[in-house]
Amino acid sequence: MMANQIRALLTKRREPALALLIGVLIILVGIRAPFFISLDSLSGVLTDTSILMMLACAEMLVILTRGIDLSLAANVALTGMAMSLLSMTYPDLPVLAYIVGSMIVGLGLGAFNGFFVAIVGIPPIVVTLGTLSMFRGLVFVLSGGQWVNRHEMPDTYQMFPMETFLGLPHLLWIAIIVVPLLWLFTNHTTAGRSLYAIGGNPQAARYVGIPIAARLFMVYALAGMISGLCGYLWTARFAVAYTEIALGFELVVIAACVIGGVSIGGGVGTIPGVVLGALFLGLIANALPVMGWSPFWKQAISGVVILAAVVLNSRSNKRQGKLIVRREEASSS
Amino acid sequence: MVRESAPKPIILKVDALSKQFPGVKALDKVSLSVRAGEVMALVGENGAGKSTVVKILTGIYKPDGGHIEMNGRRVNFAKPSESWRGGISAIHQETSVFEELTVAENIFMGHQPTKSGGPFIDWRDMHERAQEILKRMDVPISTRALVRDLNVAQRHILGVAKALSHDAQIVIMDEPSASLSRREIEHLMVIVRQLRDEGKGIIFISHKFDEIFEIADRYTVLRDGELVGDGKIADVSQDDLVKMMVGRSLDEVFPKVKVPIGDVVLAVDGLTHDTEFDDISFTLREGEILGFYGLVGAGRSELMQAIFGISHPRSGKLTLAGQEVSIGSPVDAMRQGIAYVPEDRQHQGAILPMSINKNMTLPLIDQLSRHGFLSHRKQLGVTRDIGARLKVKAAHWDQPVEVLSGGNQQKVVIGKWLATTPRIIILDEPTKGIDIGSKAAVHEFMGEFVAQGLAVILVSSELEEVRGMSDRVIVMHEGRIRGEFDRCDATPENIVSVASGAEFGA
Repeated sequence: MMANQIRALLTKRREPALALLIGVLIILVGIRAPFFISLDSLSGVLTDTSILMMLACAEMLVILTRGIDLSLAANVALTGMAMSLLSMTYPDLPVLAYIVGSMIVGLGLGAFNGFFVAIVGIPPIVVTLGTLSMFRGLVFVLSGGQWVNRHEMPDTYQMFPMETFLGLPHLLWIAIIVVPLLWLFTNHTTAGRSLYAIGGNPQAARYVGIPIAARLFMVYALAGMISGLCGYLWTARFAVAYTEIALGFELVVIAACVIGGVSIGGGVGTIPGVVLGALFLGLIANALPVMGWSPFWKQAISGVVILAAVVLNSRSNKRQGKLIVRREEASSS
Repeated sequence: MVRESAPKPIILKVDALSKQFPGVKALDKVSLSVRAGEVMALVGENGAGKSTVVKILTGIYKPDGGHIEMNGRRVNFAKPSESWRGGISAIHQETSVFEELTVAENIFMGHQPTKSGGPFIDWRDMHERAQEILKRMDVPISTRALVRDLNVAQRHILGVAKALSHDAQIVIMDEPSASLSRREIEHLMVIVRQLRDEGKGIIFISHKFDEIFEIADRYTVLRDGELVGDGKIADVSQDDLVKMMVGRSLDEVFPKVKVPIGDVVLAVDGLTHDTEFDDISFTLREGEILGFYGLVGAGRSELMQAIFGISHPRSGKLTLAGQEVSIGSPVDAMRQGIAYVPEDRQHQGAILPMSINKNMTLPLIDQLSRHGFLSHRKQLGVTRDIGARLKVKAAHWDQPVEVLSGGNQQKVVIGKWLATTPRIIILDEPTKGIDIGSKAAVHEFMGEFVAQGLAVILVSSELEEVRGMSDRVIVMHEGRIRGEFDRCDATPENIVSVASGAEFGA
């Protein structure tokens, strides 16, 4: 009985299973390298994963509506470059200017996607594939192909993410603020819940009067805004900006979503699940060097885990038919 | 029972409403009105325009002409939210639920109670109000249950609950009882009466005359998008309504061709599927039209798909012309001479952007090819032949199917299977949503098919069609066969009582 309940819990809801897996992984790595379990090291993993977590949550919002945003990482690169150049030109700006500025630039780029998806009605994969190239191209145009290096960035720009507040780096604090806000949004606001409705059954969503175009526009703009913020954080954290920053990172972001239980078909996914999915990938990335394994293992492992997650998703979502026949056992309960 | 009272105030008035779709006039100057505290039955065949009226009233379609008045004030519903804010709520025909969300959230999606009107949802209030509505309807479903765990009937109940949550003045019920059991329908009737006594106006759409005569005060009949009659239900008989609906009497609508019935071509014995149907046995003879009637979701299409090899039953036997066969895939079925024209033209029948020619010859690609290359000449020959036989109206055979009218699309789908020269042809809702002219053409083909010695299985939710066309009628309910009637015994009363789950003979 107990075992059945546990099994049901693990297969029905993604979060406990993932949390368990992550716990086991930490212990296994810890056996091999005890220092890995120290508070310092674990908060390091969290900090390293902050950007992935935020981007994956942003991506989840889009995927919930049956969409996809392939341009998030390109948005990171473009906004990051724009902010780096800004800091180079005006070295005396306060940090807040970069934070607000990156959010505005990102929002604009996201709204561009939103316009084509929601208003013009072009499929999201096409739109964001286009803007992915476009944003990447613009990074090159903006920078003339040049890098912005550590010595060219003012200290206010590059020191902020890793400076600590109450013992934790600002970067982690930002994730600690952004992620719960998104959780609040998806779980407790009418607009947030309507995303589940749109992805779950677009026709029914229309019938109940959900303004679908407005919601889609908002989702892409919001995802863009978060990406823009991550653009500043990324270039500041690594104190460098160039055309290929975060190249291909959109795939890691989508992987975190899928591992976290987000259905690519829309309408299914939770913020805690996605955070755990991102943490899982971050953990592997951090544990491999500790174990002395090549970083290429990371890609292979995350590939296997994605496949496993997809199989799990499809099995737990498998429709049990329409249940037309009322069997005696069923009707008596 | 006649309730005598002074005329009640008109809440909803629709005047000369028109709507044009490409190639079809869906509504032509239709007027109707609904009074407070009365049930108005909107009657008509499939495709008569009832659903178009509903979609205009709920802000999903925009009318091309005419206007709507609520309480004497002219209104204009540009989108669904304006309609329910204006006091109209509807239970739509299609089950429109969000499978992954809870019952309460499904009921209130689009108008969730919020904490002092802000963006944050008041979950407690929502669950309490949902609980209240479900209790009022006397349905024991938890408000926290996920909708994907509910069965078909419970989902329909949810649709009713959703409409009640709006506290509307006008409640539209578009075939609310289509897949409910008798007990659930009784509940529904209680709810409808309750709403009526609260002074709401109800538009009740149903194909079941017993329900209409039980619950309605007035009727409005549509045919081919036009208003053909309205008045008090007490002043008409069922025959009067049928005559208005179809414009002709039943014998004229369904010209039954008398064909000698031959040997058994298909025998199904004890076919059982885990969830969709149970212990199905029947026989089908040469030259016979065998009707399958049941409520939506009775398991008829699922049974046909199993016979055609799309899904796999757990146990049971299929015997074709005396030989036991096992059909594992549609290819097997076609080889055995079975053709299946599916219900959902858009999704399962035709490949819409592809040409008529390519669609019609799709099942024949192998026969029309040599060394893997398709012979265009042979292909066109087949299409011309079948197209002429079925009188498909098209500018040329390379036209994409999507530009054709519904009736002609259906002809292409049927033609596609005719090209495989089958012995058994299964037609699943062949006349759903097509105009009267094309309907008559489809019925004519069926007569031709059996005259050529084919055997036809007709799955239809249209009672008159099943009765008019079939030699025998099998009635299914909740995945089981509940009755079998010869043509002469297939009265509406017999069929409907069995189909809605009443004990046979009761």
